[in-house]
Amino acid sequence: MSGALILGAALAVLCVVLVALPFLREPDPLSDELDELTPERRRRLALAEERDRALAALKELEADHRAGRVSDEDYRISIGPLRREAAEALRALDTVPDAAAVAETV
Amino acid sequence: MAELGRAALVVTLGLCVYATVAGSYAAARRRRRLAGSARNALIAAFGSTVVAAGVLAAGFLRSDFSLTYVAQHSNRTLGRAYKLSAFWGGQEGSLLLWLLILTGYAALAVWLNRNRARDLVVWVAPVLAGIAVGFAFLLVAVASPFDVQAAPADGAGLNPSLQNPYMMAHPPFLYLGYVGLAVPFAFAMGALLSGRTDERWIVATRRWTLVAWTALGVGQLLGAHWAYVEVGWGGYYAWDPVENAALMPFLAATAFLHSVMIQEKRGMLKVWNVVLVALAFCLSIFGTFLTRSGVVNSIHSFSESNIGPWFLAFIFVAVAFATTLIVWRLPLLRSKTRLESLVSREAVFLYNNLLLVALCLTILWGVAWPILSEAVRGTTVVVGRPYYDFFLRIFGLPLLLLMGIGPMIAWRRASLRGLGRTFLWPFLISVAVGLVLLWRGAGSSVPGLIAYTFSAFVLAAIALEFIRGTRARKALASESWPGALFSLIGRNRRRYGGYIVHVAIVFLAIGIAGSAYDSVVEGKLAPGQSLRVAGYSVLYQRLVERDTPHAAEVRAQLLVSRDGKVLGPLEAGKNSFKIAGPDPQVSSEVGIRTNYLTGEDLFVIPEQINADGSVYFRIFVKPLVNLIWLAGFVFLFGSIIALWPDAREQRRLAVRYEEAGGTVRGT
Repeated sequence: MSGALILGAALAVLCVVLVALPFLREPDPLSDELDELTPERRRRLALAEERDRALAALKELEADHRAGRVSDEDYRISIGPLRREAAEALRALDTVPDAAAVAETV
Repeated sequence: MAELGRAALVVTLGLCVYATVAGSYAAARRRRRLAGSARNALIAAFGSTVVAAGVLAAGFLRSDFSLTYVAQHSNRTLGRAYKLSAFWGGQEGSLLLWLLILTGYAALAVWLNRNRARDLVVWVAPVLAGIAVGFAFLLVAVASPFDVQAAPADGAGLNPSLQNPYMMAHPPFLYLGYVGLAVPFAFAMGALLSGRTDERWIVATRRWTLVAWTALGVGQLLGAHWAYVEVGWGGYYAWDPVENAALMPFLAATAFLHSVMIQEKRGMLKVWNVVLVALAFCLSIFGTFLTRSGVVNSIHSFSESNIGPWFLAFIFVAVAFATTLIVWRLPLLRSKTRLESLVSREAVFLYNNLLLVALCLTILWGVAWPILSEAVRGTTVVVGRPYYDFFLRIFGLPLLLLMGIGPMIAWRRASLRGLGRTFLWPFLISVAVGLVLLWRGAGSSVPGLIAYTFSAFVLAAIALEFIRGTRARKALASESWPGALFSLIGRNRRRYGGYIVHVAIVFLAIGIAGSAYDSVVEGKLAPGQSLRVAGYSVLYQRLVERDTPHAAEVRAQLLVSRDGKVLGPLEAGKNSFKIAGPDPQVSSEVGIRTNYLTGEDLFVIPEQINADGSVYFRIFVKPLVNLIWLAGFVFLFGSIIALWPDAREQRRLAVRYEEAGGTVRGT
C-alpha cells in the first residue's frame, strides 16, 4: 500500500469521524427533534415582517420628503395609508400570543 | 500522489451523496443529529476537495508529468504563477475548481447559518450537496484530473493566450460568480421545500448574491480587458457564446437583486424572485456547459465530449427540480399587496426587471439557436454581432434611462407634478449635454448620442440624490458637508453603494457607446512610412527581434505624434511561443497608447509581418474606451459599500426574530 493511499484512508477516517460527531457527542439525547417554528411563531414572524416593512417605508418616506425627493402632495397622499398599515401591523402583532412567553409559562 | 487526489475526490463524492440523502431525510423527518451530521459531511467535503486541489496544484508546481492533465497544460519553462493558473487551463482542472469553490461556499453557508433559521437551513445543506454530487461524480467517473501516464520529458505547455495576468484572475472570478449563485438558489429551494417562504431566505442570501454578482461582473471585465490587450482584434467583447455564458446569469442576477428589494419593501414579486434566482443558477450551469462541452464549436464535438451529455442532464434536473418546487409552492408565494400605480418606484423596478430578463433571454436565444439549428436541421447558422447589438440598443438604452428614473421616484405612487419637480434638473442637464454633443458631431451615431444623453441624465440624477441626501443629513444632524456625506452613505449602504454601482454602469455604457465613434485606418508600411488617423500620426521606424525563454518576439517600433507633437514610442508585434506541437503558437501583441485625460486609446494591431520587413497595420483610435476599465473599479467600490455589514440592520433583524419567538435552535 503506497503512502498516498494511506493518506487517503486517513482522510476518509477523519471525514467519517466529523460526520459522526453529532452522534458521538450526544449518543443518547433527550430529544432528537429539530426545533421548528410553531404556527404562532410563524404568524408573529409574518406580522413582524409586515410591521418592519411599514415602519421602514414610513422612515424612507420621511427621509425622501425631507430631502426633497418626494413632493408635499405625494407625501400627503402616501403618509396616511402607510401610518394605517404600520398601526394595523402593530395591533395585529399584539393580538397573536408570544409563543416564547407561552412556552416559558408552561 | 495521483492516488491521494483520486481518493480525496471519491471521499468528496461519498460525503456529498451522504449529505444529500441523509440531509433530505433529516429535514423531512426533523432529525436533529442527522441534520448536523449532513452539515458536517458538507464541511468535510470541502476539506477533502482542498486535498484533491492541493495534490493537483503540487503536481503543476513540481512538473509531475506522470499526471496526464499536468503534462497537457504546462511545461518546465512555464513560470510559477502560470503553473498555478494552468490548474484551470483545461476541462478537468476547471471542474475541480468549480467543486472546490462550491464546497467552500456550501461549507461556509451552512456553518454561518447553523444557528439561524434552522427550519430553512436544514434543507439548504442537501440542495447544495446535491449540486456538488453532480460535479464530484464528473470528476471521479468521467473527467478525472488524476489520470496517469508514463511521464514524458516535458509537457505540452499552456496555451499562450492564457499566459496573461488577466487570465490568472478571470476564470477564478467567473467561477466565484457562477458557483456563488448556487447559494441563493439553494436557500430559495430550501424555502420552498420547507414551506418557509417568509423573508428569511432573502435576508440570509442577500450578501451571497451580491458577492456572486460582483465576482461575475469583475470576472467579465477582467476577461474583456484580456481580450482587448491579448486577443488582438481591436475589441473587448465579441458576443462569443462563451462570453455570453457569463453575461446571461449576470443579467438574471441583476434582475433578482433589484426585484428582491420590492419583496423586502412591499412584500411583492415572491414568485418572480424564486424564478429569477432559479434562472440565474440554471444559466450559470448552462454557461459552464457551453464553455466545457464543446457544443459551441459544433454539435458533433458536443456528442464526442465526455462531459457534455452529463451536463445537459444536470441542467435538465436543475430546471425540473426548480420548476416542480415553484409550481408546488405557488399558493405560499402569492403576494397580498398589489402594484398601486404604474408610476412608482416598484413599477420602474418591474420594468427594469422585464428589460433585463428580455435581454437575457434574447442572448440565450442567440446562443441556443445555432446549436438547435445544427442539431435539428443539420445546418450551421451564425448569430452575429448585428443581432446582439440590435437587442442591446432596444433593451439596453431604456434600461440606462430607468437607472436614472428608478431611484428618484417615490414608492407606491408619484404625482405628475412631483415627477416634474424631481426630474427637472436631470432633464435639463441631459438635454444640454445632448445638444452640445450634437453640435460637436456626435450625431453620426444616433444610438451613441442617445446613450450619452441618457448617461448624462442618470449621472445628474445620482449627483442630485447625493446632494439632496447630504443636505438633509447635514440639516438633521448638524454635521459638516463631508461628515454628512459619509454618514449618509454609512447609514444607507445598500442604497448609496447601489448608486455608485449605477455610476459604474453609466461609465461602462459611455465606454461602450464610444465604439460608435471609433476611427480606423489600415495599410502596409515599410520602415520610415507612416499612417494617419484621427489626428494621430504613426511612424513605423524599424523591426526588432528578441529571444526570451518562453517565446521568440518580433516587434515593430513605432513613433506616435499628434498634431505635429511627438507623444512617444510604441511597440507592436508577434510572439512565437516555444511549446511542443507541430504548429508554432503565435500571438499578436498589440500596441496601446492611452490618453488618461480623455480616456482615449490609440490601438495598433500588426496584422501581418512580412519577410521584407514591411508590416500590415490596422490602427484604431478608440474614444472613451478606458471608462470601461474605470467602471470596473467603481463597480467594485460600490459593491463593497453595499456589501459592508450594517450593524443597525442586524440589530433590527435580531429584534424581529426575537419578537417572533426567538431563533430556532441549531443542531
